[in-house]
Amino acid sequence: MKVEYLFYLLVFPGLLFTGVVGLLVGWVDRKVSARFQYRVGPPLFQNFNDFFKLLGKETMIVKQSVHWLFIAAPLVAFAALVLLSTMIGSALFYQQNIGGGLIVVMYLLMVSSVMIILGGSSTGNVYSSIGAAREIKLLLADELVFIFVCLIPIIKSGYQIDLVQIAGIQESGGAFIRATSGIIGFILGILCIQAKMTLPPFHIPEAETELVEGPLMEYSGPPLAFWKLNHFMMWVVYPFLLVLLYLGGFKSEGLGILWFVLKYLAIVVVMIIIKNTNPRIRIDTALHFFWKILTPLGIIALILSVLGA
Amino acid sequence: MSKNTIPVGPFHPLLEEAEYFTLQVDGETVVDIDLDIGWMHRGHEFISEQKTFTQSIYLVERICGICSTSHPIACVHAIEDVCNVEIPERACYIRTLVGELERIHSHLLWLGLAGHFIGYDTVWMWAWKYREPVLQMFEIISGNRNHYGMMRVGGVAKDVDPAAVPELSKILDMIEKKMIMIAKVANDDPVLKSRLVNVGVLSKQDAINFCAVGPTSRASGVPADVRRDEPNDAYGLVDFKVIVTENGDVYDKLVVRVLEIIESIKIVRQCLDKLANIQGPILNNVKEIPPGEGIGRYEAPRGEVFHYVRTDGTNRPIRHKVRAPSFVNIPTFMASCKGIPIADALITLAAVDPCYCCTERSLKVVDHNRDSLNINLLAASRTRTEEIRREIHGR
Repeated sequence: MKVEYLFYLLVFPGLLFTGVVGLLVGWVDRKVSARFQYRVGPPLFQNFNDFFKLLGKETMIVKQSVHWLFIAAPLVAFAALVLLSTMIGSALFYQQNIGGGLIVVMYLLMVSSVMIILGGSSTGNVYSSIGAAREIKLLLADELVFIFVCLIPIIKSGYQIDLVQIAGIQESGGAFIRATSGIIGFILGILCIQAKMTLPPFHIPEAETELVEGPLMEYSGPPLAFWKLNHFMMWVVYPFLLVLLYLGGFKSEGLGILWFVLKYLAIVVVMIIIKNTNPRIRIDTALHFFWKILTPLGIIALILSVLGA
Repeated sequence: MSKNTIPVGPFHPLLEEAEYFTLQVDGETVVDIDLDIGWMHRGHEFISEQKTFTQSIYLVERICGICSTSHPIACVHAIEDVCNVEIPERACYIRTLVGELERIHSHLLWLGLAGHFIGYDTVWMWAWKYREPVLQMFEIISGNRNHYGMMRVGGVAKDVDPAAVPELSKILDMIEKKMIMIAKVANDDPVLKSRLVNVGVLSKQDAINFCAVGPTSRASGVPADVRRDEPNDAYGLVDFKVIVTENGDVYDKLVVRVLEIIESIKIVRQCLDKLANIQGPILNNVKEIPPGEGIGRYEAPRGEVFHYVRTDGTNRPIRHKVRAPSFVNIPTFMASCKGIPIADALITLAAVDPCYCCTERSLKVVDHNRDSLNINLLAASRTRTEEIRREIHGR
C-alpha cells in the first residue's frame, strides 16, 4: 500500500473533500429549493453548524433495539461512501484505479440502502419498520434500472469495467451522452439517483408526514449526524459517477476544471428541479414506474448501445 | 404479513393539533381505523354561559384561529334569532365580505397543508404566499390579521373604509389570477393526479349516512350549502354557484376547494361593488334580549357550523351549544380510510380539513414569561396597520 492512497482516502478525493463539498452542495440544494418556494433559505455554513451541533447531542438508544447494529449502521454506510468517493474520485482526478471496477462500485452503492434498512429495523419501532420495508421495495424497484445505467457505458466502452478506461475512452471518442443510448441512460441515471438518495418524489421511506422520518426516527445525536452527512456525501458521489459514466469525466488542462464543475452543477440543478416539482408518490406507483416504464426503456437503450447507436 | 398498529397521534407531524387515530395495517394496507378525539377540551360552552352576549361573541371567535369569523357569525345569528332584530343592509354585505374572505384564506391554508402532506413543499409555500395578501385585506378591513372582532348582535363593529375599496379590488384581482393558475395546474399535473385521484373515496351514500358537511359532502355529490339553502346576511342578494363534484376522492375535494375560492372571490367582488353604493348605518343597537331560544347556522370553510343559544331575559345565555363541522366530518374516515395504503389513508385524514380545536374547543396555554422574540408584537402589529391605512389614504 502506498502512502498517497491514505491521502486519497482521507483528504482528496475521499473523506474531507467529499464531506465538505457535500455539505456545501447540501446548502446549494436548500438554498435553491428555498428560492423555488419564495423563501430566503439558510446561510452558507448552516449544514456545518447542524452537523457539529448534532455531534454534541446525546445519543438515545432504544432499550429493545439491537444496540451494536443501531450504532454500526450509519458508520458502515459512512465508510462505504468514503470508499466510494475515493474510488470514483481517484478515477476522475488521478486516472488511477483503486480497489476495483464498476461492479465493486455498484455493490458499494447498495450498502447505504441496506444499512438504512438494518439500522431502521434494529429499533423495533413501527414507523421505522414500515420505513425499512419501503426502503427494501424501493431498492428492488431501482436496482435493475441502475444496473442498466451502469451496463450501457460498459458496452459503449467495448466491455471495460474499469472506471479509468471508461473515462479514457470518452476522452478520446467523445462523451457517451452524444449517442441515443447514452441520452436514455443518463435520464434513467438521474431518476435512479433520485430514488437511491430518497429525494422527492421518492422520499417514500422517510415520508415525514406519514412515517415521521421512517428508518431514521429513533436516531439522535452523532449517529443521526452521520446519517445526515451520508446523505450530503451522496450529493457528491452519485453525480460524480454520472459525470464519469456519461459526461466524459474530468480534464485537468485548460478549461477542464470549469467544465467539470458545470457538468456537476447541471446534474445537481436537474435533481433539485425534479425534487421541487413533484409530490411524493406511493410505493406501488414507484415500483410500477421503475419496472413497467423505465425497465423497458433501459432494455431499449441496452440494445441500442449493443448496435452502436 | 402480520398486522401492525400505527398510531397517528396524539402528536404526529401530519396534523398540528392533538388527535389520535389508530390504524390497523396489514403490510401497507389499512384494514381498520379507530378514532379518538377529545384530547383538548376547553369548556367554551360553559365559559360562554358566564359571559354577556357581547363578550361571548369574542369568546367564540377564539374557538378556532382559522374559521375565526364563522363562529361569531353563527353565534350572532343565534342571538338575533331570539330577539328578531333587523340587520342594516350595509352590515349584511360587510358580514358576507368578511365571511367569504375567510373562506379564501382557509381554503388556501388547506391547499398548502395538503401539499405538505403529500410531500410537495413547493405547493405548500406557494399557497401560503398567496394567502398572505388575503390576510392583508383583513388587516385593511378590520385592523387584524386573524381575529377580526367584526361581528355584533344587530350588525357589525367596523365599517369598511370607502377609500380602501380600490386597494382591496386590486389585491383580489391578483389572487384571482393566481387561483386560476392553481386550478390549471391541478388539472394538468399528471403526478398530482396519480397521487390524488381515486384516493380515499367517500361515496355519496356514505356522505349522507355520516351527515358530512361542507366541501367533504359537496365533493361526494351532496349539494348541501347553508349559504344557498338558508340564505341570510347578503347571500340571498349575491350571485354564486355551489360547487359540487361526484367522485368523493381527495382530488375532488381539492377541486371543490379551489373552485370555491374562485366563487368566493366573485362574491367578495359583488360585496365591494355594493358597499361602494350603499350608505347607511352598520349597527342596529339591541337594547334587550328576550327569553327564548335561537339557532344560528353558517357555512364555515369546513362546512356548516351550528350555534344554539337559550336565554332567560338577562344579559347572558343560559345555554350555548356549538357544533363544529369537523365533528361530523371526522367520523367519515371510518368509511373512506379502510382498505387503502397508509400513504393514501393519511392524506385522506387531512383531506376533510379537520379542525380539532373547533371540534373540542381546546385550551391553549401561553407562557407570558417567555418573550424570545424580544419585540413587542402588539405594537408592531398596530404600527403596520397604521402604515397600511396611511398608504391607502395617501393615494
